[in-house]
Amino acid sequence: MLEVRDLRKEFQPLSGSTVVALASVSFRVAAGQFVSIVGPSGCGKSTLLQCIAGLSRPTAGHVLLHGREVTGPPEGLILLFQEYNKSLMAWRSVLKNVRFGLENRPGMSRNQIDAEARRYLELVGLEGFEAHYPWELSGGMQQRVAIARALVRRPEVLLMDEPFGSLDALTRIELEDALLRLWESLQATIVFVTHDIEEAVYLSDEVYVLSRRPCQVIEEIAVKLERPRNQLTTREDPRFIQARHHIFELISKEMSRA
Amino acid sequence: MRESRWTGFAFLLLLLGLWEVAGRHGWVHKLFFPPASRILASFVQIVFSGEVLGHVGASLWRAGFGYLLAALLAITLGVLMGYWRAVYEAFEVVVELLRAVPPPAVIPVAIVFLGVGDQMKIFIILFSCAFPILVNTMDGVRGVDPVLIRTARTFGLGQGPLIWKVVLPAASPLIMTGLRIALAIALILVVISEMVGATSGIGYFILDAQRSFRIPQMYAGMLVLALLGYGLNRCFLLADARLMAWHKGLTARQR
Ligand SMILES: Nc1ncnc2c1ncn2[C@@H]1O[C@H](COP(=O)(O)OP(=O)(O)O)[C@@H](O)[C@H]1O
Ligand SMILES: [Mg+2]
Repeated sequence: MLEVRDLRKEFQPLSGSTVVALASVSFRVAAGQFVSIVGPSGCGKSTLLQCIAGLSRPTAGHVLLHGREVTGPPEGLILLFQEYNKSLMAWRSVLKNVRFGLENRPGMSRNQIDAEARRYLELVGLEGFEAHYPWELSGGMQQRVAIARALVRRPEVLLMDEPFGSLDALTRIELEDALLRLWESLQATIVFVTHDIEEAVYLSDEVYVLSRRPCQVIEEIAVKLERPRNQLTTREDPRFIQARHHIFELISKEMSRA
Repeated sequence: MRESRWTGFAFLLLLLGLWEVAGRHGWVHKLFFPPASRILASFVQIVFSGEVLGHVGASLWRAGFGYLLAALLAITLGVLMGYWRAVYEAFEVVVELLRAVPPPAVIPVAIVFLGVGDQMKIFIILFSCAFPILVNTMDGVRGVDPVLIRTARTFGLGQGPLIWKVVLPAASPLIMTGLRIALAIALILVVISEMVGATSGIGYFILDAQRSFRIPQMYAGMLVLALLGYGLNRCFLLADARLMAWHKGLTARQR
């Protein structure tokens, strides 16, 4: 359903030579899959997501959603930015931030939007914080607001850029499981960028490993672990450990490549 | 806070007392510096006879009309210039040149084209208020985080709703700064413009009192102006505190 074909993205800095962020990236994501993308930092993961989201024009190559070329932000696809705190509207309360996700949806009354926003706030565990401003909340809670705002639209495809990268370990575990539950109930397709190999294996059906810049997919690893996943037993499963081991080797080899 | 305000009032009373004594004992020129009590009496007289109210109304109308027009035009242009590079490049030189002209210097030109009536005065106020609002709006819009704009785009907002729902609110703290600066300028310019060929307005009232040697009334007019300016500024700050509560909280948190 989502296909990235020979995607290339060059940046022309004001001074200096051309930066090739993406050399030639290709992959496919089937509907309803949870796919993670891991790669060294600065390799072009955020650039890749912005191209998929139609926010940045690739230099060459194509992004196809349901076989149609993406040329601008497509309906039914939401990108959650790495800088989630900057993506929230500081002048809106938590509830109104989540409402924003539906305000331009035609044919919904104010009351319907309100009810949906409250429901999703509850789903991410933020009931009682409706009237707060985002900047009054902790990082983890802000990320929950951003997630609720995206999910309230029930996107077919959700692109997430290192969403839990700056959170403490406990919050992270909690949000990983919350995300998996929501993903299962919404039957969305998720492309999840992370620099955490364990997180990628724990969450995904498939992990795509990227090379250093100029970036391309080195390997696609299928994760054949049962769902629902469990923070203890899944992580102790030999197949989990094996997958982690393999990806870790790939990336260390990549990092040490001259 | 409370305490310091009382000290402030005490000091004001002290100054008034000093003025009163100086006026009565002829330490200063009796005609030019009438004692404070006479100015106060004159103030009460012009206010309660309604004599000055018509002038205040005329000034407020001109200042308000020019100010609102300036806000409308400058915010619109400021958003366009801040948001689209091409608009900025087209307007930059003209704006920078016009901005450098001290507004009173525009009065003669405005008289040539618009006469000495209300149109000229409103134009002068519009001209002088527009630039601080324009420049601040532009800075505010430029400062909107690209992540916020891209977020709005990924949620499917077109350019119009994006500006209305995201860019304007995000830039609003700086727009408010521009509006606050412009408010003070509007008062200055309404008084200056009313000293040029006017028959109404508080600026005219003060000048007329001086010319006909009603010196206490001249000071009373200034007192009216001071209270007016203070009142307007208070109103603005109250509105600002309400509308920008989120920004105060945000910046307090970031410190
Ligand atoms: N707008 C831009 N202009 C110039 N270079 C950019 C721009 N955006 C990203 N880059 C460069 O592209 C590379 C990939 O960046 P990014 O996609 O943010 O990496 P990642 O998310 O994997 O850490 C980096 O070297 C970065 O400096
Ligand atoms: Mg990144």
